[in-house]
Amino acid sequence: MSRVTSEPLVLGIETSCDETGVGIVRGHTLLADAVASSVEEHARFGGVVPEVASRAHLEAMVPTLERACADAGIALGDVDAIAVTAGPGLAGALLVGVAAAKALAISLGKPLYGVNHLAAHVAVDQLEHGPLPDPCLAMLVSGGHSSLLRVDDVTSSVTALGATIDDAAGEAFDKVARLLGLPFPGGPHIDRVARGGNAVSIDFPRGLSSRRDLERHRFDFSFSGLKTAVARWVEAREASGEPVPVADVAAAFQEAVVDVLTRKAIDAAVDQGIEDILIGGGVAANSRLRLLAEERASARGLRVRVPRPGLCTDNGAMVAALGSEMVARGRVPSALDLPADSSMPVTHVLS
Amino acid sequence: MLLAFDTATPHVTVALHDGQRVVAQYASSESMRHGEMLAPGIADVLARAGANSWDITAVAVGVGPGPFTGLRVGLVTARTMALALDVPVYGVCSLDILAAAAIDAGLTDFKVATDARRKEVYLASYAEGRRIDGPVVVKPAEAATTETVVGHGALLYPDSFPNVAGPEHPSAAVLAELVVAERFELLDPDPLYLRRPDAVVAHAPKKVS
Ligand SMILES: [Zn+2]
Repeated sequence: MSRVTSEPLVLGIETSCDETGVGIVRGHTLLADAVASSVEEHARFGGVVPEVASRAHLEAMVPTLERACADAGIALGDVDAIAVTAGPGLAGALLVGVAAAKALAISLGKPLYGVNHLAAHVAVDQLEHGPLPDPCLAMLVSGGHSSLLRVDDVTSSVTALGATIDDAAGEAFDKVARLLGLPFPGGPHIDRVARGGNAVSIDFPRGLSSRRDLERHRFDFSFSGLKTAVARWVEAREASGEPVPVADVAAAFQEAVVDVLTRKAIDAAVDQGIEDILIGGGVAANSRLRLLAEERASARGLRVRVPRPGLCTDNGAMVAALGSEMVARGRVPSALDLPADSSMPVTHVLS
Repeated sequence: MLLAFDTATPHVTVALHDGQRVVAQYASSESMRHGEMLAPGIADVLARAGANSWDITAVAVGVGPGPFTGLRVGLVTARTMALALDVPVYGVCSLDILAAAAIDAGLTDFKVATDARRKEVYLASYAEGRRIDGPVVVKPAEAATTETVVGHGALLYPDSFPNVAGPEHPSAAVLAELVVAERFELLDPDPLYLRRPDAVVAHAPKKVS
């Protein structure tokens, strides 16, 4: 017990998109994960409006900090270190979180760690499933990103193996949901509707999966062609005057996405000689993705780790988790002139 | 001690006031880098005054109007420091900071204009030491006047504002003195945006999750 309480108390701030997140961890123990979302303000635009998100972050910051401290049963003065998403993300949104983190660091006289959002999506799993195996293969799939990463040390060594060359997986979910008259964000609605549909009723294309594509883009993704194929199929159906089988389209589309994602993740793991696959990001909440990944991985003798859905979407706990690891591994804190870097590369874990 | 700063222009200005006088000041060397320069500026004034964060008994911040991104850096910093230090935070209209300096320089009836970009200015009118109109966001031609106009916005549009006087940018030293003396209305630390957000959806590569 004394060992646990001696572990550092780390507060993490996340504002890279439309969620204002404040998480508090002690070591690998999650104490609080407060999130305020502006998603409803963006819904009518069908995507995130940066200025609306930035304004919402400013308004949500102090209440979210207060809620996180109350949930964790701590005072801000108890915090040993501050971590914040320095990038990548929306520039103006990131800046609100970075400025708040610096204000805490100055006020409390505690070290500041400006960290990479994608690495934080990986680190968060430690809160649920314990220390990360080194190395592990991380697949991050969300509304803005689809990446395959080799993670040798989440605080210092992350290598990009592949990424989307056009739309992100989550973005394809949003666009297809819109086409089918389902609300934004589309992921959870497609997942729900697809359960009543027949996934093999329509054969949608698998992006970058042909032999020629695999030569150049073995671990990359493309979802733009799939999105167009769904749009054409639905239009043709409507033009012929027949009703659109929404559940079947949703199921077949979802199957095409998760088929490619799981196949490439497993191929990458096997290629790299890695036995542990971690899936993170908002799309990791998709039930079919979780199921298929586990099925296919166990068939190859691989293990799959997926944080619970609440930890997959953007939150402050993931940033606190990575900050905690930075402290534990003795990484050098960031300077007070730490910039927000909207296009921070994934190889750059700490600023 | 009162910590004061303003980020409603391309510059960052920070001052520390001990109740009697301004004991340290900081002005950013580069423009449009609020996010990078404000925190080091605060650390700098504290260090030069030989003070610590727990010596701060109140925070004052310019609430704009001004370019949104920089403005938010100042406001979130002020609100968060006030929370962490458990001290009060006061907002002041950033145009009032320029007006206070202009009044100290001997002006009585004048306007203040700062750059609102998009070929517009933020404008307020002052008479007998107080704000009587504004702030508003307007096109310079629509607000053209031969009256004395203070601020960088006047310098940008000489055809509309031929009579320019006083300081170009707000100073946190003036802000600190203004708050200590309560010369202008003290506000909540809420941003004066004066414009609705542009409803342009982020394009995909920028959104990360
Ligand atoms: Zn994310």
